[in-house]
Amino acid sequence: MIKIISFSIIGFGIIFSILRLIKGPTAPDRVVALDTLSTITTALLVLLGFIFKRYVYLDVALVYALLTFIGAIAVARFLEKGI
Amino acid sequence: MESLGMAITGFGIIFLFLGGLGILRLPDVYNRLQAGTKCTTLGAFCTIIGVGIMEPQWFWKTLIIALFILLKNPISNHAIGRASKNIGVPLCDKSVIDKTEVFKK
Repeated sequence: MIKIISFSIIGFGIIFSILRLIKGPTAPDRVVALDTLSTITTALLVLLGFIFKRYVYLDVALVYALLTFIGAIAVARFLEKGI
Repeated sequence: MESLGMAITGFGIIFLFLGGLGILRLPDVYNRLQAGTKCTTLGAFCTIIGVGIMEPQWFWKTLIIALFILLKNPISNHAIGRASKNIGVPLCDKSVIDKTEVFKK
């Protein structure tokens, strides 16, 4: 029961971020929503690894955090100066 | 130890939800950056450390992931905020003062 409540609370956070990602007026709004979504997804991956008792999910969360960090830096640099 | 980890994880989950709510509700890019940085940093940190406390042989790896999130999240959001200021995204209508006008002279 407590698992269902926790995952539904995180799910509402993800749904709100996706709504802002769809309707954001400018490009930086969408980038901020995507960065928030990636951080929530990292925490969700660690929590899923705890629920399923899989140690491998921690590696997946670490690599996902690295890749989204590089992606956010690259998109910010592209918005500021171009390629 | 189990109930302590569960309490810390629940605290972090509530802050993750508040970060998503702030992203949807706040009126401006810069205000959304506040919600998207602070709430999700504290939320992800507490959730991951709480999982490490509940499962003690995973503790060091979860500590590495949490410290990496604590380092990377302000850096990337600072880069996004700087870029959106430089390309001229306007403030919202209710804003009173823009302190960065001082640096343009």
